[in-house]
Amino acid sequence: MFVILLAIPLVSGALLTVAGERTWAPHLNIIASVGTFLASALLTMEIVTRGPRFAFGEQFFIDSMNVFFVALTAFVGMTTSIFSGPYMRNEQAHGRLSIPRLRLYKSMYQLFMFTMLVALTTNNMGILWVAMEAATLTTVLLVSLYRTPASLEAAWKYFILCGVGIAQALFGTILLYFAAERVLGEAGNALLWTHLVDVRGQLEPAIMALAFIFLLVGYGTKVGLAPLHNWLPDAHAEGPTPVSAVLSGLLLNVALYAILRCKVLADGAIPGEFAGNLMMGFGLLTLLLAAFFLGRQKDIKRMFAYSSIEHMGLITFAFGMGGAVANFAGFLHMTMHSLTKSAIFFAVGHATQKAGTQMMADIRGLIRINPVIGWGLMLGTLAILGMPPFGVFASEFMILTHAMKYYPWTTPILLLALGVAFASIFGKVQPMVFGETHAKRLPHAPAITPVFVHLAIVLMLGLYIPPYLTRWFHEAARMLG
Amino acid sequence: MNTTIPLSAQLINLCAAVILLLAFAMLAQRRVMPLINLFGFQGLVLAGSTLVVAVTTHQAHLYWSAGLTLLLKAMLLPWILHRLVRSLYVKWDVESLVNVPTTMLIGIALVIVAFNVAQPISLLSHTISRGTLGIALATVMLAFLMMITRTKAIPQVVGFLAMENGLFLAATSATYGMPMVVELGIALDVLVGVIILGVFFFQIRDQFDSLDISHMEHLKDD
Repeated sequence: MFVILLAIPLVSGALLTVAGERTWAPHLNIIASVGTFLASALLTMEIVTRGPRFAFGEQFFIDSMNVFFVALTAFVGMTTSIFSGPYMRNEQAHGRLSIPRLRLYKSMYQLFMFTMLVALTTNNMGILWVAMEAATLTTVLLVSLYRTPASLEAAWKYFILCGVGIAQALFGTILLYFAAERVLGEAGNALLWTHLVDVRGQLEPAIMALAFIFLLVGYGTKVGLAPLHNWLPDAHAEGPTPVSAVLSGLLLNVALYAILRCKVLADGAIPGEFAGNLMMGFGLLTLLLAAFFLGRQKDIKRMFAYSSIEHMGLITFAFGMGGAVANFAGFLHMTMHSLTKSAIFFAVGHATQKAGTQMMADIRGLIRINPVIGWGLMLGTLAILGMPPFGVFASEFMILTHAMKYYPWTTPILLLALGVAFASIFGKVQPMVFGETHAKRLPHAPAITPVFVHLAIVLMLGLYIPPYLTRWFHEAARMLG
Repeated sequence: MNTTIPLSAQLINLCAAVILLLAFAMLAQRRVMPLINLFGFQGLVLAGSTLVVAVTTHQAHLYWSAGLTLLLKAMLLPWILHRLVRSLYVKWDVESLVNVPTTMLIGIALVIVAFNVAQPISLLSHTISRGTLGIALATVMLAFLMMITRTKAIPQVVGFLAMENGLFLAATSATYGMPMVVELGIALDVLVGVIILGVFFFQIRDQFDSLDISHMEHLKDD
């Protein structure tokens, strides 16, 4: 099942490159994404019933922690591909995209899914790096898909900043290998995570501390942690909306997952709370910075990109605190954020298409033009702002109470940031949804189902988390130690 | 305690020193073509130093990685860059670098920092090439400095690739290189990255009529 999971996006990505303008090409994109999701669901069942497993020798390793991310990635990948069908046809009808570029989009989309699934399932810390870099490469051309000056600038910034960041992560990986080689020898398995975990107590603390700093800053650039977060709002605002949705909903998660894997190793090697404290610091800084930038945004996609940075800061903070409750909350919040933020981007995509602009001042009265999109955006915004009964509330509440209990000094900072974020976003979305309007009809009916499917799940998880999911989160949280 | 340094270690140190000098030369080079040649030469010396380590330690995979470096960094990448420069008609581009002496002084400061950071790590290492770890880190930092000071797209990319050279040197000097599968993956990423950037350069030039990055400063939070 695992082989199929990786094969579907790879093969369909290659196929879509040659498929060109055939009429079945858009369907293939959706079919492949649905297939990937089904494969991930079956893989999840297999892991849940039979426990962790290896694949391709020891090169790939799937346990309850990463299978959860695999399932989430495949699910959002599937809904985004469904959303992007009509969205991209509308863009084509508006003359913003030509057919060759749509072809590029579809094949790169599948290859992007492939690199993320490899990054999530690989057992080799070196391959993890390679897959993360490949994920950047596949999305650079997607960010610049419109070929406008602004999108080219965004893509260039994305490439250079993430390239520099990921180079630091490579240095961190080299240091990790260096530390591991002294214990495990040169047998080639010194970069395999499962082997590293077994000997993590013997790794040289000084080297591991340096390695973790480089890894955190490096992968942190891709998570959007301050101060190297600048690429994120540009890439989200200038790329096509489905790309913004998968960048926000998936890529940031995968990069954070890489940090978590490193943290497990660093925690074992370094006495004290070194890795955790570092993550808490970066998380708080990011959260605070993003919250204050939110209010200054004029572009709707930029604003929600900053909101992603804010949430990533909060999640990094939660994992930094560590412990069963905070880790659980971190995983829950990652899930909620992925689902909610991609739903918001779907709604935003259709809203901007209708209004013909991304400037928030020019988008008005969505509820009158299309009540479904209007409510979708409004509910999504309320969900992401942590209003009960949505699931984000539950995870934010857990993070806050845990912080109050163990790190009381952080409470005012967290509350301030969340409060500022609430005021900024709600104040801007409210007139966009309600208010007077002048907008046009779209040639292709928007795919609005994914928005509500995501929001329904978020709502359901806010009210009731099924026991198997709780168990799953607990297991993943336990792995983090 | 034996204080004489074996010939192979001396050779490796010589190669590393040349790589560092080339990094400084790249920092000060204004013209595009010589810059690419310097980069190719750096790749060549890197392959040479990897080969010396391979011969002295009899690590089979290091021969492969030396060959890969030679092929990719000393031949293929400079060739691609040369072709790009010619087809983009930027062959005679001269950059007005502000304040080369200051940049050089900052560079020297970075080298000192790099040596201090690397010192404790290289003491823990047991490889023949451990002394070069500081140089490797310095090369990475100089390449980083080059990326910051440049305003044209191609020199920035050369800086990016030089950074990768430094990281490769770090990997061979601290640990005799990463596992083969990882090295292949990194090489593939670098190659694909350069090809994508090539495509990207044409898009930038078509939009901005130049490859000057300073035109691209419109996206900011006002």
